[in-house]
Amino acid sequence: MTGAEAMEIWDAACFAVSVLLIVAGLVFVLAGAIGVLRLPDFYTRLHAAGVTDTLGAELVLLGLAVQAGFTLLAAKLLLVGFFLFLTSPAATHTIAHAAYEAGLKPLLARFNPKHPSEAEPS
Amino acid sequence: MAHGIGLAVALALMWWVLSGHTEPLILFFGVLTVVIAVGFAWRMHVLDREGAPYADLHRRVPYWFWLGGEIAKANIAVVKLALRPDLDITPRLVRAPIAQTSGLGLVVYANSITLTPGTVSVDVNETDILVHALDSSLSGAEGFEDIGERSARAFDPAVSA
Repeated sequence: MTGAEAMEIWDAACFAVSVLLIVAGLVFVLAGAIGVLRLPDFYTRLHAAGVTDTLGAELVLLGLAVQAGFTLLAAKLLLVGFFLFLTSPAATHTIAHAAYEAGLKPLLARFNPKHPSEAEPS
Repeated sequence: MAHGIGLAVALALMWWVLSGHTEPLILFFGVLTVVIAVGFAWRMHVLDREGAPYADLHRRVPYWFWLGGEIAKANIAVVKLALRPDLDITPRLVRAPIAQTSGLGLVVYANSITLTPGTVSVDVNETDILVHALDSSLSGAEGFEDIGERSARAFDPAVSA
């Protein structure tokens, strides 16, 4: 195997890994969006939104960094991921705390709605 | 002094990663801005263990990696709960006790709880953190104790020293 062939295989492997990471990230972003629509109240929806900006965003950024290879661009993407990791919980806490201070009561009962196919037509 | 050098090295590294310049004139400007920034930090008296925490990195970096793994696990649990065809959750408000002695340790503890999906710290006071959990399966006290202990070991000078 020549050096050029080895490089080609390496590039293809990197591409496959980055596509896998980005697709996995997008699955989590989509799951977060579905969760926001399905869950019943503000606080529970906050948890679903948290999936989007933790694992979803980090996996997409990691995939893009792999795509960029050993470059400054990859280092910048990893920095973005690092700062997101540090700042997103502060933002989430601020929103939750504001809602709590404003007197919004969380739903604390069991939430188990009927399947749409069994629900009364409205 | 050591904190100043640590901050200068971190800022220089950051400057270079974000700019990518190697021309002497631009590098000179970069050095100048680093010196000015460290000077400001020194004048503001924030050049301490909290402002330039590079001596504690060997304890903190493993903590971030451990927390990353916990976040991945909790994410999958939340996605499973949210996507089940028959949605069945019991949201809970629980109080997580505080073992931290420093402000920084407390911030890291509260933020770690928020980062782990399924739990969000809603209110922080002197004695405990009020946590909203998506489901009663995620509000167990052991999970908070584990995060609290590990974050205290990594970030609380009183515990780790």
